[in-house]
Amino acid sequence: MKPVNLTLSKNNNCRVVIKMNENKMVNLIIDGKKVQVPEGTSIMHAAEIIGIKVPRLCYHPQLSIEGACRVCIVEVKGARNFVASCASPVAEGMEVTTTSPSIRQARRDIVELILDNHPKDCQTCERDGNCELQRLAYAMGVRNRYFEGERKNYEKDLSSPAVIRDPNKCILCQRCVRVCEEVQGVTALGQAHRGFNTVVMPAFNLPFADSVCVTCGQCINVCPTAAFLEKEATKKVWDALSDPEITVIAQFAPSVRAAVGEGFGLAPGNNMEGQTVTALRRLGVDVVFDTQFGADLTIMEEANEFVKRFTQGGKLPMLTSCSAAWMKYIEHFHPTILDNLSTCKSPMGMVSALTKTFYAKKKNLDPKKIFNLAVMCCTAKKFEASRPEMTDDEGRPYTDAVVTTREFVWMVKSQGIDFINLEKSEFDPILGFSTGAGAIFGATGGVMEAALRTAVEIITNETLLEINFTPVRGLKGIKEAQIDIAGTKVKVAVAHGLGNAKTLMQQVEKGESPYHFIEIMGCPGGCIGGGGQPYAGTNVMPLDPEMLKARAKALYDIDQGKVIRKSHENPYIQRLYKEFLGEPLSDVSHHLLHTHYKPRYPKGI
Amino acid sequence: MSEKGILKNYFGIKDGCVARLRENGFFDRIRIQVGSATCENASGAEEVYREFEKMIKASGRGDILLHKTGCTGHCSSEPIVGVFKPGQIPVKYGAVNAQKAFEIFTNHVQSSNGPVIDYILDKKTDRLYSNEFIFCGKGTSCGAETEKLTQTFRQKIAQRGLEGQIKVAEGVCLGICAEQEKPLSPACYVFPERVCYANLKESDLDEIIEKHVLGKQLIDRLVYKIDKIANHFFDYYGDVEYFNHQLRLTLKNCGVVDPESIDEYIYYRGFEAISKSLENETPQSIIDKIKASGLRGRGGGGYPTALKWQNTADAEGSEKYIICNADEGDPGAFMDRSMLEGDPFSVIEGMIIGGYSIQAKKGFVYIRAEYPLAIKRLENAITLARQYGFLGNNILGSGYDFDIELRLGAGAFVCGEETALIHSIEGQRGMPRPRPPYPSTKGLWDKPTMINNVETLANVPVVMLDGPQWFSSIGTQGSKGTKVFALAGKVNQTGLVEVPMGTTLRDIIFKNGGGITGGKKFKAVQTGGPSGGCLPEECLDTIVDYDSLNQAGSIMGSGGMIVLDENDCMVDIAKFFLEFTQNESCGKCTPCREGTKRMLEILIRITEGKGTIEDLNNLERLGNLIKRASLCGLGQTAPNPVLSTMRYFKDEYIEHVINKRCPAKSCKKLIKYEIDPDKCVGCTACARRCPVQCISGSPKKLHVIDQFQCIKCGVCFETCKFDAVKKQ
Repeated sequence: MKPVNLTLSKNNNCRVVIKMNENKMVNLIIDGKKVQVPEGTSIMHAAEIIGIKVPRLCYHPQLSIEGACRVCIVEVKGARNFVASCASPVAEGMEVTTTSPSIRQARRDIVELILDNHPKDCQTCERDGNCELQRLAYAMGVRNRYFEGERKNYEKDLSSPAVIRDPNKCILCQRCVRVCEEVQGVTALGQAHRGFNTVVMPAFNLPFADSVCVTCGQCINVCPTAAFLEKEATKKVWDALSDPEITVIAQFAPSVRAAVGEGFGLAPGNNMEGQTVTALRRLGVDVVFDTQFGADLTIMEEANEFVKRFTQGGKLPMLTSCSAAWMKYIEHFHPTILDNLSTCKSPMGMVSALTKTFYAKKKNLDPKKIFNLAVMCCTAKKFEASRPEMTDDEGRPYTDAVVTTREFVWMVKSQGIDFINLEKSEFDPILGFSTGAGAIFGATGGVMEAALRTAVEIITNETLLEINFTPVRGLKGIKEAQIDIAGTKVKVAVAHGLGNAKTLMQQVEKGESPYHFIEIMGCPGGCIGGGGQPYAGTNVMPLDPEMLKARAKALYDIDQGKVIRKSHENPYIQRLYKEFLGEPLSDVSHHLLHTHYKPRYPKGI
Repeated sequence: MSEKGILKNYFGIKDGCVARLRENGFFDRIRIQVGSATCENASGAEEVYREFEKMIKASGRGDILLHKTGCTGHCSSEPIVGVFKPGQIPVKYGAVNAQKAFEIFTNHVQSSNGPVIDYILDKKTDRLYSNEFIFCGKGTSCGAETEKLTQTFRQKIAQRGLEGQIKVAEGVCLGICAEQEKPLSPACYVFPERVCYANLKESDLDEIIEKHVLGKQLIDRLVYKIDKIANHFFDYYGDVEYFNHQLRLTLKNCGVVDPESIDEYIYYRGFEAISKSLENETPQSIIDKIKASGLRGRGGGGYPTALKWQNTADAEGSEKYIICNADEGDPGAFMDRSMLEGDPFSVIEGMIIGGYSIQAKKGFVYIRAEYPLAIKRLENAITLARQYGFLGNNILGSGYDFDIELRLGAGAFVCGEETALIHSIEGQRGMPRPRPPYPSTKGLWDKPTMINNVETLANVPVVMLDGPQWFSSIGTQGSKGTKVFALAGKVNQTGLVEVPMGTTLRDIIFKNGGGITGGKKFKAVQTGGPSGGCLPEECLDTIVDYDSLNQAGSIMGSGGMIVLDENDCMVDIAKFFLEFTQNESCGKCTPCREGTKRMLEILIRITEGKGTIEDLNNLERLGNLIKRASLCGLGQTAPNPVLSTMRYFKDEYIEHVINKRCPAKSCKKLIKYEIDPDKCVGCTACARRCPVQCISGSPKKLHVIDQFQCIKCGVCFETCKFDAVKKQ
């Protein structure tokens, strides 16, 4: 029994959030066993103490209580009806029965009722074998269908470049609605219509692409079925891989290596960097670069941008700009403070731009014959790649395809590659070498820490001795720190999950922000908790803090294990500036590595 | 006692109201009262009103006052017109149209010929009686004595040959025995003298006939003086059988006062309850009185009102709200609409008292947007109440601030559920959430909130004015006071009836409702709307209170009551209600969203002759699941119409499933129309009217229906004058 860890946004006043009072203990009996728990504990959590995990579906520990699916029903002595154990607090002297013939039949029937209105296409479903509904139906023993009848039939919404919505697979558990509102503060989704016709959709049933959806993909993460999925890009990748004329250059994000193993059954937190490089080559990729190189480069540009703003009186606080969902979010919800954003492209955007310019020139390749493949922990990167700002001078996108960690796992599996036992191999040179600062980009606070390692040295011109900025690490919703740089106190803040970003941005809008530099990551935990990461395993819930911590630890271990841990000390970065870019914030840099933003208003308003 | 001066302020206001009414001739002119409500207007009340307007103008008389009033609840006889001549019992006319209005105006209003007997509401006679004796009906605590006495009196009148002059009638218990050590029954009211004789014995009857009927003298020793609504009953309603069988506490002003005139409301003791409460009561002592009255929520659940108030009053927080739930959504129910259209001030007064008891500063009325007239009248009433100082800051100088706002619902049945209602007011999708926390601790905008139904709030001024002891003397052990039912279906008199708790279903249907239409056989009564159940003939003697109806397998609900006769198919009725709840489910929890859909599919199969015995088992299995596992009251009660009909009319289900036959001959797919060769004369009438031309046959020859093409519309059945078309 763990209390809720992730901080919820404040926008949940009408929802049920169970609060515990640790000072007052309550005694009750569950299945004949005495249990003592703090007042306010739910029956579900109290039962966990005696080793009973009441079957459940809509419940999610990081979200408010919905009480909608009714799978977790139990009997309470004296109550006329079944009681939803997730939503009912314990009471002194309560007698609870978690299983009986009538409860078993009721749970079975409830799950069958859900299945009866769900497509029977498990074998061709993307979540086959990794579906919470499938697992539940097995556990509840639904072997026959007694009540089958009409099934819902909606069109898939394929409009968004990143996230697709399939209402037919939706079981209306409302996790997506809750995560979007409570964790992300976006509220792009809601329910429409009534009864059997209820469906989750964006406001006014607008196509997803025209909604305020920031494409973070958290709905995909928390969905127990396949009602939300990333827009698949693998076909394009296979085509490029099988074309001998095309040079496929791949890159993958820091957090991919920390989570990809989970797609092959490993526990969270295994660093699979070397295997991933090998697997990409096996798939037919010609050159494998590291997005972490892009991260180092981002730090060079961003730290210098910050130093310039800080020392020459530019717009502060400066906001980081590497999280794609965050970029769309701020354009929608805080369009008046776009000037506060760093103009740096994301690490992926920088690497892609360089491969088709610097690297192409160096290797004498035709940029048109280069196919940039990005393997990302993120669905929003698909949207980012489609932005018109992210194209070359002729309007061609620098990044040709973004596949999520999950898609990459499918690709590897489809080739029969024994991923776990693959030999490790190294990235290709120049854009493949990275420092520890680049690795920690994937965890919340990592960009801030990496930037400070460089910025402080630029300002003070002295070598930084303590380079671990621990106050900005960890899963607290909003973290802040104060650093003394050459006698000046610099205040920084770090937030992850857009609901937390909202709090900080409202301060900025009002001109009341006490900070100089703010890092925002769109997803809870940072990129490691991205919307494109492998689904949580059998006994883990999506957004599980322990899972996020394990993934973050893998990245911090990489950092710890590196000799060079500051971006500006990366010899290849130095070479790049010498040979091609000149210096940070140079004209070439601006042309290739920086971008701009514009307000986005929902259509129809 | 009048230390705070609140009552003084109130009576000052009241004096002004009475003076204004007097100035307008309210007391000494002839008053013509025309019903005005959504239902009245639909049956032509506005035209009748204009007609009277024209006639008064043409007559040039300045002593006739025309005004509107709310719905009296006598639906089957609308529009209703009341004529009040000073010093006389009012006469109510039913089903008035322009022609009748003319006759009423010329014969009754303008001349002294007396009422137009033919048009009198519920006319049971063709003459006017010189005296009328209305005996009190059997209450909950008194015995059968009254009934016997009434019979004896009737015999004595007959023996003396006075039937033509004297009418003997039975009413309901009027609750006059309360606060008495010994019951006052048997008792009776006498017209036109308007006296009440109490504690009657058989030996008194002859004296009454001798002295009162023949001698025109009052018998002082038998006269009992009371000052309850009961005593004014006939002054308000006239002598109409339909009303005589009722006890109107919450509906007391409906059809009596002009709902748009605060002066009239105040004249009928309006706002006296809140004034007395502010003067003499503390918030807690009000709650104590409500508790002593035994009032339970009239919205359906029957939760003790005082407990809800107490919980909200005890909840932490200085900001609290009271909400009046006027989101009446049951098909066929219109109690709240009538109350709000006919007497909006009572509800407002109840809200102020409730608000004061929990120290709320703000109240909301959540009313469905489909009630435009009720909204208009409520808005008007709120504005007037503010002008008169009953709402706003420092009410009547008491230092208490309270105001009311309206919120319109958009037509979702589930928004009658309190947590869904709160979401709706907050601007969210109207969906219930798990409780606890209950609204009394965490309601509107997370503040302690008290939600009461319209009828519950209308009861509050009654309790405060006439006292909890009196109130609790009416009704049964567990259910006090009265209940308003919207009586509909196959009864002769449909409409609103307010009867004491404890009245039997039989009395409501056969006395208040006047029996089954067309002399058909009673089959079942559906109570409680879509959440309720169907009770068969053997349950007719069930009394209406929360617990007895529950036990019988139905619920009190908000007061819908639909009477079914032998032509109604119970499977079809169950299907009708389930279709409603299935459509109105909010879609949140699985059992209600998915389960009701599957149940409906099964019912459709059964009514189409495609059902199996397994379907019946599944129907019951799903019904019990939905009942026990759903999140809110809507889901938990949705299967009731099915489960209760399966309990009492299982044979009918089995007949549909096994023999593919609908015993009530109502399910289209299971019946067929055939022409009896012995009776058909070949008139061609059926063939000519058949919309699909499936009847063949030439003039004077036998006609035949092509069963394959027949759509079973029943037109031939209705057309045939020779009874040759048979429904099978």
